[in-house]
Amino acid sequence: MADDLELRFERTVQAEARIEPRDWMPDGYRKTLIRQIAQHAHSEIIGMQPEGNWISRAPSLRRKAILLAKVQDEAGHGLYLYSATETLGADREDLTTKLIEGRQKYSSIFNYPTLTFADVGVIGWLVDGAAICNQVPLCRTSYGPYARAMIRICKEESFHQRQGYELLMTMMRGTQQQRDMVQDSVNRWWWPALMMFGPPDAESTNTEQSMAWRIKRDTNDELRQKFVNMSVPQAEALGVTFPDPELKWNEERGQYDFGSPDWDEFWQVVKGGGVCNEQRVAHRRKAHEDGAWVREAAAAHAAKHAPSKEGAA
Amino acid sequence: MSTTWPLWEVFVRGKRGLNHVHVGSLHAPDAEMALRNARDVYTRRNEGVSIWVVPATEITASSPDEKDPFFAPSGDKVYRHPTFYAIPEDVPHL
Ligand SMILES: [Fe+2]
Ligand SMILES: [Fe+2]
Repeated sequence: MADDLELRFERTVQAEARIEPRDWMPDGYRKTLIRQIAQHAHSEIIGMQPEGNWISRAPSLRRKAILLAKVQDEAGHGLYLYSATETLGADREDLTTKLIEGRQKYSSIFNYPTLTFADVGVIGWLVDGAAICNQVPLCRTSYGPYARAMIRICKEESFHQRQGYELLMTMMRGTQQQRDMVQDSVNRWWWPALMMFGPPDAESTNTEQSMAWRIKRDTNDELRQKFVNMSVPQAEALGVTFPDPELKWNEERGQYDFGSPDWDEFWQVVKGGGVCNEQRVAHRRKAHEDGAWVREAAAAHAAKHAPSKEGAA
Repeated sequence: MSTTWPLWEVFVRGKRGLNHVHVGSLHAPDAEMALRNARDVYTRRNEGVSIWVVPATEITASSPDEKDPFFAPSGDKVYRHPTFYAIPEDVPHL
């Protein structure tokens, strides 16, 4: 019987059909999905902080409205994804606890500080750009609720990337000081953006099984290469350079060659040693704890106004 | 008292003339808040003209394990589909 179920699961995945919440699935598949989707959801939620840092200091009402809408979208993305984990039997409260206790991870990119307003533009262009590269193939991931959440998210991400790029174009048309600010920001974000695709394939422990289950659709290195190929012409159009002396077009491969990110730095940030790790988690914890009275009050209000079931019985 | 708000399933009518379609879920203390949260989470870009929220515990679903017998009645009734009927090519508007 168990073999039967497993066979049906495998056939469904092979046929590019989707696994849905009430289907039988291997324990490992469920666990991997919960871990990956939760980590993704946490990234969206923590990812509000670096940019949220600039909402009150946006240089115009237009930029402020755009940034608010963008950060609000990221909150929405986190919620779509938490909702997907719940279809797998995860408990949202439990996931939040794991995040604020440092027991579950989020993307390391958000542990870098946003030092200037140009960072808002560069995050939209490169960080959301890298996220799009990662996420577009996930629209075909084998788990239905995850794939559907990704479709919604991808639709919204293109606004994120374009507003960032447009912001940078505006700054590049400004003063020399503004142009320098953009270049400085690109210099700081380029390598962390490349790290967003995860460690090199040779060191990536989860890739093979996840590819077999069609949770993951492309390897880390494939996606990283794709991102570099897409970004170089955009940098040229903008008038900035990437801080990589090895970056050049390879006629034979029909792709760009590029240098290797500092993987020691990557692991250090993953393990908690980034500039902002502590601050990000502490801020999330504070928001959660400060909101406790609201959750309690709303629950009390709802209980008071709920039609009494016992009374009716 | 548990402060974990109950889970609600959200259905959105994309535009007039279409059915409500399931879009996801959210937590809210009551139906009214669930509707408000659904508006903010699922319809930030005019994705809908009407929203339903239903407590997740109130939904009864067929289980995939009984899928075959449950959906079997329609499986052998091909005559319910218009393509079952061969109509000569030169008969218009059919
Ligand atoms: Fe996002
Ligand atoms: Fe985004």
